[in-house]
Amino acid sequence: MKTSQKVAGATANYVDERTGAAKWLKKNLTKVFPDHWSFMLGEICLYSFIILLLTGTFLTFWFDPSQREVVYNGSYLPLSGVHMSAAYDSTLHLSFDVRGGLLMRQIHHWAALIFMSAIVAHLFRVFFTGAFRKPREFNWLIGVGLLTFGIVEGFLGYSLPDDLLSGTGIRIAEAILQAIPVVGSYLSFFAFGGPFPGTSFIPRIFIVHVLLLPGLFLALITIHLMLVWYQKHTQYPGPGRTEKNVVGYPLMPVYMAKAGGFFFVVLGVTAFLGAVASINPIWLYGPYTPGQISAGSQPDWYMGWLDGLVRAAPPLETHAFGHTISWNILIPGLIIPGILFTGMALYPFIESWITGDKREHHLLDRPRNAPNRTALGVTAIVFILITLANGGNDIIATHFHLTINGIMWFTRIALFIVPPIAFVITKRICLSLQRADRDLVLHGRETGRLVMLPSGEMIEVHEPLSDAKKWTLTQHQNPDALPAPLPASATVGLKGKIRARLNRANAVQIPAPTLSDLKELGDGHH
Amino acid sequence: MSNQVERFQDPGLPEHVHRNADVDPKAAKRAEQQVAILFLLSAVGTVLTIVSYIKVPKDKFFYLPIMGSTNVQQLLLGLGLTASTLFIGLGAIQWAKKLMPDQEVIAERHEFRSEEVDRAELVETFKERGAAAGLGRRSLIKRTLGLALGLVGLSPLLLLRDTGPQPKKYFNTTDWAAGTRLLLDPAGTPIKASDLEVGAVAQVLPELPAGTERTLENTGKDAVLLIRLRPEDFNLDAERLSWTHEGIIAFSKICTHMGCAVALYEQQTHHLLCPCHQSTFDVTRAAKVIFGPAARPLPQLAITVDANGYLVAKQPFTVPVGPSFWERNSSNG
Repeated sequence: MKTSQKVAGATANYVDERTGAAKWLKKNLTKVFPDHWSFMLGEICLYSFIILLLTGTFLTFWFDPSQREVVYNGSYLPLSGVHMSAAYDSTLHLSFDVRGGLLMRQIHHWAALIFMSAIVAHLFRVFFTGAFRKPREFNWLIGVGLLTFGIVEGFLGYSLPDDLLSGTGIRIAEAILQAIPVVGSYLSFFAFGGPFPGTSFIPRIFIVHVLLLPGLFLALITIHLMLVWYQKHTQYPGPGRTEKNVVGYPLMPVYMAKAGGFFFVVLGVTAFLGAVASINPIWLYGPYTPGQISAGSQPDWYMGWLDGLVRAAPPLETHAFGHTISWNILIPGLIIPGILFTGMALYPFIESWITGDKREHHLLDRPRNAPNRTALGVTAIVFILITLANGGNDIIATHFHLTINGIMWFTRIALFIVPPIAFVITKRICLSLQRADRDLVLHGRETGRLVMLPSGEMIEVHEPLSDAKKWTLTQHQNPDALPAPLPASATVGLKGKIRARLNRANAVQIPAPTLSDLKELGDGHH
Repeated sequence: MSNQVERFQDPGLPEHVHRNADVDPKAAKRAEQQVAILFLLSAVGTVLTIVSYIKVPKDKFFYLPIMGSTNVQQLLLGLGLTASTLFIGLGAIQWAKKLMPDQEVIAERHEFRSEEVDRAELVETFKERGAAAGLGRRSLIKRTLGLALGLVGLSPLLLLRDTGPQPKKYFNTTDWAAGTRLLLDPAGTPIKASDLEVGAVAQVLPELPAGTERTLENTGKDAVLLIRLRPEDFNLDAERLSWTHEGIIAFSKICTHMGCAVALYEQQTHHLLCPCHQSTFDVTRAAKVIFGPAARPLPQLAITVDANGYLVAKQPFTVPVGPSFWERNSSNG
């Protein structure tokens, strides 16, 4: 035996005698993971989180989370002698006087944007393929939690440098707190340790940003991954893939190499962005003071939709009995986001209530085969996109020579009209795609080859699909794949009627072709 | 059988197709070399990082198209880091794709639901242990424990009380009082009507009592915008007109929507625009909201001149400045 083998054997023995890990490892090293590009979205979330932890730790070595006033005398000359907070001063120091400091700041900020984008993309994948269905509802809830905390974490992160842009963001957050009925002024004074801006807020959000929320993320991500591991990954339908099995590559070596390699790819891409693409150049904004502001103030994209909602709000306030309630802040800032996120969290339970489907699902839906769900998802995306665009209405107005008023009015109306239209169109598109699938199975693939028959007739040759493809396109409507109809007892009363109506809408499908259909068409068909 | 629908059957996992590298030793050798080259490139990237850290001066900038003026050291460090990480990743993936076994394997799933026996036994155990603790019988313990647990969370909440003082009347007041001189920000000098030309805008802060240092908290409430119009441009009632001086009108600069600085003044239309959410105020009509989410006009500060001709406040603001809050009495605007 080689020395290296001996050492490895001895180490393994040492660990196993103390933990009994061999049995568990033996089983799990060959664990099977299905392969699909869309399964990498969740991986990007995890890897960018790790990048955030690494770069963030680096930043804390220099960043001083303090609102104590100092006079700048670092190497960025335009701000020489300017009074500013220690937080802003130390961020300038990181950016100009620490080797690699600016790079790490930029990688950190890019990683945060990638983290949030990947979470949202991963959410879309899970939603549109129905991966949230039983038994994965817990992981859906954890995911919604991670998205929510991610938005907060990102906002706190870009608020830390205490520059003019981020200070304006904090001012707006303070106004939202202040607008909460009855306790608003108190909440604001408690959060800021007195009047805004005070000197307590940056140190407080710092500890939330670097300890509290990352700790929460770690805990939630750990549970999320343990559940994925234990429940085994979902897979797309196809030949050989059933509800009872999982088809893919073993963890060791293929998945280890691919996933480990992919971590380095994500790190490399983020590092490249940090190297060449300037992001959040805080030295251009100047230190925060409540009396100043820069035109074109924009939050990061994951906050932009909220800002867009606030911008679109009508000027509504209630003045009565010596009190003021700001509906123009409460509705777009708290109520609508609350409804959206609650609805999102509850969606798996709502869908299962509508369909009456309580079975386990491990085969994913192709989005077209769940037209209602797909249409609902697109509706939500369209709603958010409109608000996001309105969040940049000043930028859009100056770039495209439009008026802000025009864009705002467009938004106010479009928010009510466009999402329902998007629902109808998406549902139609899904059903049309189902029809296209049906044609494909029955008539085969168009080859583009034209043939002239002896009679002089010209026909295009269609090539029959493979058995594997036929199965993939039709398996979702096999009797054992469809949910049973709702029992009559479930459709009584108003609630039952609503349920039955939604159930009917949800069940609309183009019948998938069967072998009988194909045979009926006969051989004479091209 | 004849009228029963025949369905497509699952043909099962397709047969494994060998890759080039599986059957051709030469191709396998090439793949091995590719992987090795990628790993070597990563090592080169690390060397580049180290050299840039030590050798490149940190204050050297150069111009790059699109990116503009760029710090050479930060860029090279970043590119070095990119190469050193990206190529490890690409190498590992190439290795997995070309040389590691690519045959898909099947693993069985198992239902998560426990066996009926186990579930029944769990319920039994639970009942038994609960009974052993006397949960059912000793309702006094159960109730008092419920009370204690319900209340225990109050202490940590209470301890958060001292995170800040009570707001009291803070949101209702500013540092402006009758006779307070208007000081130009940031110069800190008093200002005369003649210092402002028609169409000009200036930010002013109140003169604080001697010995008081101005803080950001003061500025956040006190910031006032002075705008000089031709007197005939105003469209104000008699009282509000008397709050202006020779065409100079003063408004709180803190947006009544969410507290941003209302800083964009359009000279042609006499509109003030808040860059945060685009609330637009008409200066000629006492900062009436003409567009956007703000629900109230910017509070107007009554101004006049003192014996030396300096602009002073005639009286404090008559309404609280800034965004709304629950205790705000908005019956007078």
